[in-house]
Amino acid sequence: MSNQTTFKQKVKEYLNHPGSLLIMLLVMLASIATFVVLFFLIAYILINGLPHIKPSLFSFTYTSENASLMPALINTVIMTLISLIIAVPLGIFAAIFLVEYAKKGNKFIEVIRLTTETLSGIPSIVYGLFGMLFFVTTLGWGFSLLAGAFTLAIMILPLIMRTTEEALKAVPDSYREGSFGLGAGKLRTVFTIVLPSAVPGILAGVILAIGRIVGETAALMYTSGTVAKVPSSLMGSGRTLALHMYTLASEGLYMDQAYATAVILLVLVVGINTLSSVIARKLTKA
Amino acid sequence: MRSKAWTEKFMQGVFFIAACTSVLAVALICVFLFANGIPAMSEIGFFKFLSGKTWKPGNDIYGILPMIVGSIYVTAGAILVGVPIGILTSVFMAMYCPKKIYKPLKAATELLAGIPSVIYGFFGLVVLVPLVRDFGKWLKAIGFVRSSGNGNSILTASLLLGIMILPTIIGTTESAIRAVPVQYYEGSLALGATHERSIFRVIIPAAKSGVITGIVLGIGRAIGETMAVIMIAGNQPRMPQGILKGVRTLTANIVIEMGYAAGLHREALIATGVVLFVFILIINFSVALLNRRSGRE
Repeated sequence: MSNQTTFKQKVKEYLNHPGSLLIMLLVMLASIATFVVLFFLIAYILINGLPHIKPSLFSFTYTSENASLMPALINTVIMTLISLIIAVPLGIFAAIFLVEYAKKGNKFIEVIRLTTETLSGIPSIVYGLFGMLFFVTTLGWGFSLLAGAFTLAIMILPLIMRTTEEALKAVPDSYREGSFGLGAGKLRTVFTIVLPSAVPGILAGVILAIGRIVGETAALMYTSGTVAKVPSSLMGSGRTLALHMYTLASEGLYMDQAYATAVILLVLVVGINTLSSVIARKLTKA
Repeated sequence: MRSKAWTEKFMQGVFFIAACTSVLAVALICVFLFANGIPAMSEIGFFKFLSGKTWKPGNDIYGILPMIVGSIYVTAGAILVGVPIGILTSVFMAMYCPKKIYKPLKAATELLAGIPSVIYGFFGLVVLVPLVRDFGKWLKAIGFVRSSGNGNSILTASLLLGIMILPTIIGTTESAIRAVPVQYYEGSLALGATHERSIFRVIIPAAKSGVITGIVLGIGRAIGETMAVIMIAGNQPRMPQGILKGVRTLTANIVIEMGYAAGLHREALIATGVVLFVFILIINFSVALLNRRSGRE
């Protein structure tokens, strides 16, 4: 019935129930507010930032006259790569253990799940504090890309674990049974049958993790430090793009460059996240 | 054959060790935070630290009550802004949204979740702060407040954090609403209730635990947010004096002073982190409890 009500009938019904009308208007108003704010935020940054994107922003050295974002961009790429090298194998292996090997109802599995959930709820500043206490001070690495990357690796670990777990669980059991039936061992089944079928799901998770790394600030401030150049080794300090953006905005000296950096950061992160959801959607269709 | 069995065992061990990483990480985080924070707390005095109203590292006075209250105010503000809008938006997404525009809107809420907090902070700095400053001036002009404030305030932080927790709340609430059996809704319609009455009297109560989980997750996100808050909240380490006045949160306290702190001051900052961490653990624990309870139902 409700599909066939005409506009006129709807209006009449709402007029008979003013309370419902009010609620409906509130729902509409709130939704419009949400999407207008989002649209405004993105439009505002693009409109104010795009005119300030100049070739000089991409010069390879940062000077006080030219707040170039290139060193920060390079640092971001390095940081992302190292964090992924550490966290992706760990996360995937952990997920393999949880899905393929662990027996159901094991108390230790409960502990692993609980700690993973805890990790994903810890705010980035706490990771930053821990990274500073452990990697920077206790292990004596100093403010360095490596300390930052290790801190971020712990931070994205739960994300990779969870997405890989879901991807592995989505692989039908008949695949495994078929492989066992052909005489393959468990390990061979996992690596040649299960993992390849789960790749798109894992990839979507990894890309989501890249998005988090690129946008991260608080965890890096006291681990990788804020030096505005590309360090000569992994043990040197260097700021990533998000940290560069924060420094520019809080110093207030380079507002034009801050707008431009905001555009690059926003486009980068939004692009990465979109790519992730496109891959995830492809997966559900297939 | 023997080598194959050995590889199987070996790799199983590797997988197991990888799975232990998260346990190890949580243990290390706890140990390092507590070991570095607790001594400072006992040196300052546990209650003096938590309930002291003055934070003057220069004079060795470390009371973090202003920051605790600051964090609570800002989080409460964010909940006041974000929860009603978030729940109503999720009702729209689940019960009103025409199919044609659903996909782009859903993508938009996911986009909102992915935007880095520095970008939010920057947006707050260049848009919300001037807006709130003008609002304060207007309030002063009509004689509602005595001083207008400079725009870096509890109100600004609440607005921005309210926006930032929207995707968390929309996501969880929407899936909770969708999980309610459609018969509930149809039954309510059949009894003569309107669409709206059915949603808010039948579906939302049935989805209650999911909605609450969303709110608690939102609280966690708001209380742990750092960079965006620092950029717009003013960061004065004193008891909050009004919603148009500046405030410093626990997170901000750590980031602002850690750069130059040494000795007891540095340890007091780590202890601030411990307090924050305990708050977060409590919140995580309640989420886990809520999920378990709703899982049982």
